[in-house]
Amino acid sequence: MFALRNLRHAYDGKDVLRVDAWQAGQGEHWLVLGPSGSGKTTLLHVLAAILRPTGGGVNVADQDLAALKPAELDRFRGRHIGIVLQRLHLVPSLTVMNNLLLAQYLAGLAQDGARVREVLASLDAADKAGAYPHELSFGQAQRVAVARAVVNRPKLLLADEPTSNLDDARCAQAYGLLESQARACGATLVIATHDQRIKARMSHHYELKAQP
Amino acid sequence: MNLATVSLAYLRARALSTTLNVLLLALGIATITLLLLATSQLEERMQRDARGIDLVVGAKGSPMQIILSSIYQLDVPTGNVSWKQAQELARHRMVKKVIPLALADNYRGYRIVGTNHDYVAHYNARLAQGRLWQAPLEAVLGAEIAARTGLAMGATFMGAHGMGAGEGEGDVMHETHSYHVVGVLAPTGSVVDRIVLTGVASVWAVHADQYDIKDVARVAELMPDDEKELTALLVQYASPLAAAMLPRYINQNSAMQAASPAYETARLFSIIGVGVDVLRGFALVLVIAAGLSVFIALYNALLERRYDLAVMRTLGASPGKLMALMLFEGALLAGIGATLGITLGHVLTELLGFAFKAAKQVAVTGWVWMNAELWLVVLALGVGVVAALLPAWRAYRTDIAGTLARG
Repeated sequence: MFALRNLRHAYDGKDVLRVDAWQAGQGEHWLVLGPSGSGKTTLLHVLAAILRPTGGGVNVADQDLAALKPAELDRFRGRHIGIVLQRLHLVPSLTVMNNLLLAQYLAGLAQDGARVREVLASLDAADKAGAYPHELSFGQAQRVAVARAVVNRPKLLLADEPTSNLDDARCAQAYGLLESQARACGATLVIATHDQRIKARMSHHYELKAQP
Repeated sequence: MNLATVSLAYLRARALSTTLNVLLLALGIATITLLLLATSQLEERMQRDARGIDLVVGAKGSPMQIILSSIYQLDVPTGNVSWKQAQELARHRMVKKVIPLALADNYRGYRIVGTNHDYVAHYNARLAQGRLWQAPLEAVLGAEIAARTGLAMGATFMGAHGMGAGEGEGDVMHETHSYHVVGVLAPTGSVVDRIVLTGVASVWAVHADQYDIKDVARVAELMPDDEKELTALLVQYASPLAAAMLPRYINQNSAMQAASPAYETARLFSIIGVGVDVLRGFALVLVIAAGLSVFIALYNALLERRYDLAVMRTLGASPGKLMALMLFEGALLAGIGATLGITLGHVLTELLGFAFKAAKQVAVTGWVWMNAELWLVVLALGVGVVAALLPAWRAYRTDIAGTLARG
């Protein structure tokens, strides 16, 4: 599903990420582990086509990302990538419903209220459609953030530290959401975390080493 | 869901700041609208009142005062001219027509103007009721007077000595001679609406006591010609050549003074114009201040929203779309401000019109649309867009990965 070769990313002349080779198949669930500063977030940003690496090749969904022009990259990102950020970052002035419709609109897809309700229902958040983000608990907000990431049926679902600061029960819950949603749309799931608790739950692991 | 929905949601989320910015812009636009409406209507009214009158001849004094007092019925007259001299002027070969005016009294602040039927014809005034005056002390009311004083056909009233404005309880009433209403004019939108019309002889009749004339109906015959006086003469030239020669002829060879309505009106507007320019400048400063305020609001909003913008990029928004979002927001603020401002401007103009009416001055209305107001909308939108340019550019340059990595 995606393949990374000789991936390097340097920031201010200092290497922050090195991946010699890493491949994943469609629908596989991967855990990216590594201590702080090993470049987990940077790696997710590269996979999400948010960041162009300073070196190496990135191929996602049979597409060489380096070959895409900026506008094509935006389009690609909107259509094929879903990302759940660590701090969720729902748009505060929009309702839950509109946050999800915004994802469809910005991806250039038809706005489909039925699809939005369906996703919210599958996440047990159907009754929150009219609520504003500040009215949600963290757990509810996380469900909405997951819903926003999967509303366009992405091929690749990325999550950055989804379980940090959660107790064991909530940790399992959050992981369960991501896994079931990724499965529902057949997406490849990549979770970046330093949380060892979910290590046992996932079969595929990729270990990043701290950069010297 | 589109850019407008998102912009509106953001504006609603910052309701206080949005309201203040809209109000600031609206005040500036309202002031400009008010000036635009009021000056153009005043100018149009004054030009309409003076149309077809080439020259006004009155007693020696300020030419502008002659124009104000005899065409617009605003200022007091410079004095009187003798009937005989007026007759001579009327016979001058360069004069096509002379309309005499005799001013002396008022009724509740509305001037009583002695003239002939040519005056009514000149302003295309039509009778709504009754007939024009024939005998002395018969009066025809302008439309506004009939509506505001409640005088009706057949009513009688007494004139008070003087020009009206500012005079009140202490007025000297001409108790022995009362006017009789024989007609009411339809509205003309000109100065005629605000005056009581009567024959020149009526004015003589009211003041006839001092000549011991008892038969008022025959005052024109009984009064010695040497004693007859008029206040001013509205003159139409017989040929364009007269413009060059007649005023100088009058000023040099008679005790009268010639004043050109076109010239004096232009001079008046250039004097008023300074004040209007100052006000307009002030309004522009308001608009610019509003622009700055919109800029600050959008810039702060941009800082507040940097994560939102980065998230929108991860959702597939192009940098151009984020730029458009900020520009649209600026334009939306400006658009609301302009709409409110123009509405407010019209309402204020209408209120000003009421105040003018109460002061028996020229009428101004807010219920007219001027094409120049479209330029105000353009101006406001321009201010909004310019204020949004820098925030929009910053939004365009949003560094997604950098922003998200920090937060």
